[in-house]
Amino acid sequence: MKIAVCIKRVPDMGARFKIGADGASIDETGLKFDMSDFDEWAVEAALQLAEKHAGSTVTVISLGPDSVQETLRKALAMGADAAVQLKAESVPAGGFAVAQALAAELKDGGYDLILFGRLAVDSAAGITGPMVAELLGLPCATALCKLDVQGTSATGERQIEGGVEQLAFPLPAVCTIDQGLVVQARYPSLKGIMAAKKKPLASKPAALGGVGVTITKMELPAERAAGRIVGEGADAVPELVRLLQTEAKVL
Amino acid sequence: MANVLVVAEARGGALKKVAFEATTAARTIADASGGQVHAVLVGAPGIAAEASKLGATGADVVHVCEHPALEQFDAEVLAATVAAAAGATAARAIVVGGTAMGQDIAPRVAAKLGVGVAADATEVTMDGDAIVIRHPMATGKVIATLAASGPVAVITVRPGALAVGTEARAGTVQSLAPALDPAASRVKVTKLTTGGGGKLDLAEAPVVVSGGRGLKAPENFKLVEELADAFGNAAVGATRAVTDDGWRPHSDQIGQTGRQVAPNLYVAVGISGAIQHVAGMRNSKTIVAINKDKDAPIFKVADYGIVGDVFEIVPKFTEMVKAARAQR
Ligand SMILES: Cc1cc2nc3c(=O)[nH]c(=O)nc-3n(C[C@H](O)[C@H](O)[C@H](O)COP(=O)(O)OP(=O)(O)OC[C@H]3O[C@@H](n4cnc5c(N)ncnc54)[C@H](O)[C@@H]3O)c2cc1C
Repeated sequence: MKIAVCIKRVPDMGARFKIGADGASIDETGLKFDMSDFDEWAVEAALQLAEKHAGSTVTVISLGPDSVQETLRKALAMGADAAVQLKAESVPAGGFAVAQALAAELKDGGYDLILFGRLAVDSAAGITGPMVAELLGLPCATALCKLDVQGTSATGERQIEGGVEQLAFPLPAVCTIDQGLVVQARYPSLKGIMAAKKKPLASKPAALGGVGVTITKMELPAERAAGRIVGEGADAVPELVRLLQTEAKVL
Repeated sequence: MANVLVVAEARGGALKKVAFEATTAARTIADASGGQVHAVLVGAPGIAAEASKLGATGADVVHVCEHPALEQFDAEVLAATVAAAAGATAARAIVVGGTAMGQDIAPRVAAKLGVGVAADATEVTMDGDAIVIRHPMATGKVIATLAASGPVAVITVRPGALAVGTEARAGTVQSLAPALDPAASRVKVTKLTTGGGGKLDLAEAPVVVSGGRGLKAPENFKLVEELADAFGNAAVGATRAVTDDGWRPHSDQIGQTGRQVAPNLYVAVGISGAIQHVAGMRNSKTIVAINKDKDAPIFKVADYGIVGDVFEIVPKFTEMVKAARAQR
């Protein structure tokens, strides 16, 4: 099976963010970057499928500046076979420009399965995967927390509001991976890191499409006003209930 | 005059609350230029009975697409039908509720129309003729303002974030044929299992009661469920520690890698308040925390905290909430 995984390099969400000088971006100075959580799970899912289906290959693709090569190397160190950087100064918003570039790269790759994370934790949009599927004319299953491949078809499961959907679809297909599909993404081993240095990493210009969504402004959310400890133990409950009724007016 | 299309999500034969929120946002956009709001309502035969509710919240026209196979969600049919309807109604914008369904179809519709998606809007307003969308990014730590360029703006709105309007319109029903034969769609929902009877959806509930590892064992989630029942309008959430251990389904997880909720009231029971959890609930209007550790980070975001043992506090809280509600 030939598997591709599209991954994004994102800032560590634990950081305290600052707004960039243009007022419409995150100031990247001092931020640490890594693969988006969901993408890590997608890489893990691909590696597990490849282990189950002998003769499989896993190619990872990332769009962005040269710094994404570090993220690609990490995926190679986890066990992916080859990597492709689609070089672009930045990652445009709105998904469509990126989806066009990814679709152009994936189109003739002969992939049976193209995986994405459910969403990138920085832009938090979750739109690129299904757009790529549409551009390639492939079936698409989103937010999967289970995925099994049987020959040329697959079954999956996704959690929706208040329920679980079981899906069946033919390959080739695009899937986006939610939490729960894998327990944890593997850490690159020392051997993996050494091996990754010799694995192929191609870099080519991204054929970014036009028409998207632009970020006109970014701001930090208002801080929450400091709260208070109402009291200790069950004795504090009457006061809490009173506050919820009279002050917060939610009861 | 520019029309706006709204995708009105129905499940199990009934519209979801987010359908009305999306209709209201569509109304705001349409009103800026005297346009009409066209809703697309798709489902099994009988779904047309729901159409009048969309009129009541601002839809001028409701395009009803009924088909026996559309009892289950079918992304391919829905995306094709919505894209076709967008063309037929000359829509300048398409508003979709950002549920699992909406997140699935909106990007496909956008790709068919050759435009991007302004995803997960928590505010949709007009600045003259321009649509202004606010979207929390980076786990809510940054708020972006988005502008959609291109002939049509595709917008998903975060469930529960937008108000439901009361400005009624005709809601004239027109029938709409699916733009794709459901038999031809490649991704099939083979089974839908719904969660416990009558349980409220996290995205829609005005109150969310969440439990963490402080509950010690899965069976103790009963305490959280009883508190939620006492409120009468509460859904149950959980931390990742708890969903990873299989105490609760992953779909109940609140946080960076789970669901993001913003209810009127969020009650955190035995939850430490890790940043990844807070990312999913920090925009709640009022936050209550119950934790035995007075230094737990959850108290930094809570409006009201009680320090102590959940096993002692929660039953009392449940009892008093019941009493308070019985009095009203
Ligand atoms: C990449 C990444 C993504 C993540 N995404 C998420 C996410 O989306 N959502 C999420 O929730 N977490 C997420 N996490 C995990 C997060 O970091 C925390 O580990 C998790 O939220 C902790 O859950 P908890 O509060 O239930 O457990 P703990 O941190 O173990 O806290 C239990 C709390 O219960 C209290 N307690 C114990 N006994 C009692 C008692 N008898 N009475 C009262 N209080 C008691 C303790 O004082 C403690 O504060 C993520 C982590 C990573 C690394």
